[in-house]
Amino acid sequence: MAGLIAGRLALGLVTLWLVSAIIFLGVEALPGDACTAILERDAHGAALETCRKALGLETPALERYLSWAAGVARGDFGLSAHGQQDIAGLVGYRMRNSFLLAAGALAVGIPLAIALGVVAGLTRDRWPDLLFSTGAILAMTIPDFVAATVLILVFAIWLGWVPAIVLTPADAPPLEFFPEFILASTVLAMLMVAHVMRMVRASVIEAMSSDYVQMATLKGVPYRQVVLRHALPNALLPAINVIALTVAWLLGGVVVVEVVFNYPGLGRLLVDAISGRDLPVVQAITMIVAASYVAVNLVADLLGLLLNPRLRSYRARQR
Amino acid sequence: MSAAAPLIDIRKLCVGFRGRAGTILPVLHEVDLSVCRGESLGIVGESGSGKSTLALAAMGYLRPGLQKLAGAVLFDGQEMFDRPAAELARIRGGKLGLIPQNSGQALTPTLRIGAQIAEALRLHCDHDPATHRARACDLLEQVRLPEPEAILRRYPHELSGGQQQRVAIAMALAGEPDALLLDEPTTGLDVTTQAHILDLLRDLARARSMAMVYVSHDLGVIARVCDRVQVLYAGETVLTGPARAVLRAPAHPYTAALLAAIPRLGERTLPRALGGRPPGPDEPREGCAFAPRCALATGACRAARPDMAEAPDGQAARCLFPGAAPSRDAGHAAPACPADSPCVLRVVDLSVRHARPGWHMRLRGRVPPATVAGVTFDLRRGETLGLVGESGSGKSTILRALAGLLPPASGEIVPGDGTRLAGAVERRRPQDLRRIQMIFQNPDASLNPRHTIAEILAQPLRLYFGLTGQALAARAEELLATVRLGAECLDRRPGQLSGGEKQRVAVARALAADPEVVLCDEITSALDVSVQAAVLDLLNDLKARRGMAFVFVSHDLAVVRALSDRVAVLYQGRLCETGPAAAVHGAPSHPYTAALLGAALAPDPDHVPRLLAEDAVDPGPPARGCPFQRRCPVRRGAICETDTPPAREAAPGHLIRCHIPLHELCATAPG
Repeated sequence: MAGLIAGRLALGLVTLWLVSAIIFLGVEALPGDACTAILERDAHGAALETCRKALGLETPALERYLSWAAGVARGDFGLSAHGQQDIAGLVGYRMRNSFLLAAGALAVGIPLAIALGVVAGLTRDRWPDLLFSTGAILAMTIPDFVAATVLILVFAIWLGWVPAIVLTPADAPPLEFFPEFILASTVLAMLMVAHVMRMVRASVIEAMSSDYVQMATLKGVPYRQVVLRHALPNALLPAINVIALTVAWLLGGVVVVEVVFNYPGLGRLLVDAISGRDLPVVQAITMIVAASYVAVNLVADLLGLLLNPRLRSYRARQR
Repeated sequence: MSAAAPLIDIRKLCVGFRGRAGTILPVLHEVDLSVCRGESLGIVGESGSGKSTLALAAMGYLRPGLQKLAGAVLFDGQEMFDRPAAELARIRGGKLGLIPQNSGQALTPTLRIGAQIAEALRLHCDHDPATHRARACDLLEQVRLPEPEAILRRYPHELSGGQQQRVAIAMALAGEPDALLLDEPTTGLDVTTQAHILDLLRDLARARSMAMVYVSHDLGVIARVCDRVQVLYAGETVLTGPARAVLRAPAHPYTAALLAAIPRLGERTLPRALGGRPPGPDEPREGCAFAPRCALATGACRAARPDMAEAPDGQAARCLFPGAAPSRDAGHAAPACPADSPCVLRVVDLSVRHARPGWHMRLRGRVPPATVAGVTFDLRRGETLGLVGESGSGKSTILRALAGLLPPASGEIVPGDGTRLAGAVERRRPQDLRRIQMIFQNPDASLNPRHTIAEILAQPLRLYFGLTGQALAARAEELLATVRLGAECLDRRPGQLSGGEKQRVAVARALAADPEVVLCDEITSALDVSVQAAVLDLLNDLKARRGMAFVFVSHDLAVVRALSDRVAVLYQGRLCETGPAAAVHGAPSHPYTAALLGAALAPDPDHVPRLLAEDAVDPGPPARGCPFQRRCPVRRGAICETDTPPAREAAPGHLIRCHIPLHELCATAPG
């Protein structure tokens, strides 16, 4: 088992290394560099030379990649093109904020999604199922900016329960974002619940029609226990990967929702960095998003291994 | 015994489901059933006869969609369907236990065996929970599982099929049942394991004086364990009676036909097929349900449903002419392959690996032995070679290698023209592909459900012969006629055909390529015996008239005996014995062949299988020595573990690979 985890971890690191190389190459291939971005119209002649020298852009690409990668490995992403700020510091708070938003959505969304999915699966084709399934389709088809706008209209403007947008600065302590981030979290939760619920519903239906559930019933296990002990653990296994993808999507910063609510997260920073051609920041955020995808999928894989004895011994035998 | 009140008593039970048109379609028609304590009843029928539905109804359970229409289901004198859920839950798994058909799927995959048995104990026993672990060990010992402590810690998928079945039995015993329902308890198990499990069940039933209800399509199983038999046909009871009478002189023509369709181990004759098929629940029926397929049927049979009538030897049959059915005749012998036929396939020293050993395995010198190794045989035109062995013996692996689906690790495959065949299917020439065709076990999986039969047959015809238009249609029709299907099937999809018809389409597809060799992978295992007989008949016809050669893989020794010219017995991917079918089934025999033949069941109440002392499973082939060394009852010691056994020729073409001299093998062989 330990070897298995170590193997997965190593594979994750290799993925990150490949991603970093691709990002670096991609940025290299773009016309212009950090200096042309900083100097804008003055990017010629002596000024450009000096800037390039100052930023060390004259050294060969491989050397720069290595020093950049070494910095990234230490958590040092260098300086931003605009304002020459320390990127790690700049991104750090934004990352925490995106994480906060995601945590809010997940804490409510995952238990809700599982509960609704189970109820819908158990009452297949009867009214609770029809209600929840139709609701899920609706939540999936309405674009997030429409949902966000409607929520703002209803809860912030008509009812006045919560603030419409976030005005707290990015580096404020976490508690100050409450209650401003509630609406943004709700929009994300809605989308997530819809996806995860449909997955859970399908696998609950499959588990409930399986031979082992029939056997458990005919062994005299009461219905509640049949569902909780025999059907659910098996039904949740396929849902883990869908949940993982949703989590990674949330952690990577949700551009549209952050922009609509003026939320100071990674997604908005990315949009700003791209429109300002701040390549070091774009590089840093892309790395972070890639790392969170790798990390979440790793956790999902390990969780799957932990919960699914069949997978566990299959993998162990393969080694 | 008959004086006692029956423990399970089902009276005039009707069960049905709501069809598409909204009408109720019955699957059980006024079925009666009664079993007393200490008695063992067999419910026999083909797929769709309603036998499993009947058994589950005895537990007050119907599959989703089914509903009880009329009748009573009494357990211990009380109606099961009227009981509240809590009371039902107490009886199920308690006084009334179920042993499911496929324990591999009926055990919850995410719970350890210990947890599942403890759950049964917790639900149905008043014992102190602290004693549950010891009690669970006890139960596993009762079902003769070695190292019960270790098994309790395992998950279901870590056990073999036989072990899973034993765990299911232990779980049923946890509730100290008065009655056990067994839904095809040994279907899908190897013959040796099956015989052991049935023995165990017999002993348990006697020791605890339980009422047993066996549901099975296999009359061999019924003959081994049942006192009384009830035969279902299309949801009706057509015959009841003592097992001996029903198996020896059945009073109902359907049962007689069923018995005639079963191939017997001792006979090299093809069983007699039963034409037609049972009426579905949506078909109207007025007279006797079996009348359309019955040779004795008269106008009276078709006019009104007959009642159960007294018949000889304590039987009761739903027939106007009970006991008039002709007794089983010998059937006809399969055509033999002429001795001078040319060779169409030569396999030399074939070895196959499922997984290529990784570099670290090779570095450490721990390359596991190949799944299949050292397989050599010839196949002549018009010959049928039977490959037999238990699951995991490499039968299907060899077929897949011959078909190119699993490229061999080493060895040669040489078709009739003498050129060596490439290993992988994508590297074979089209004419080589045409020569070797394969038919799979399950036609539901091997025929594309979205294609019509015409499209399925057109593919090989277009690919190999470039046929189009009128010529293509004519050839497809001709092929269907060869497998005895009408041209009206062309526009249907596989889902609209019965199991036997689908398998015949699969045969027709293989024939479309006009092959020299047809590989048959358990092609009759998923079919009912009456249908199986028809498919076997068809293969023999093709062999005699077209000179086609078959490699026929089956776990059923009697089927292989009836069909094959020569038989090869495999264990752990190694040949144990090869030779003419009669020689392999006679003496002298390899100890493994003897074990297989000894364990096989026959639909005969006096047949007693002979078993190996233990039915342990081998995890994989041993690195050296004889493949059968670990289970062999007549092991010779060190030589079996170190040296590959020599191939000794007992008779021309009859090779036995064993260290024991032939004259000593004669003494241990069946005879």
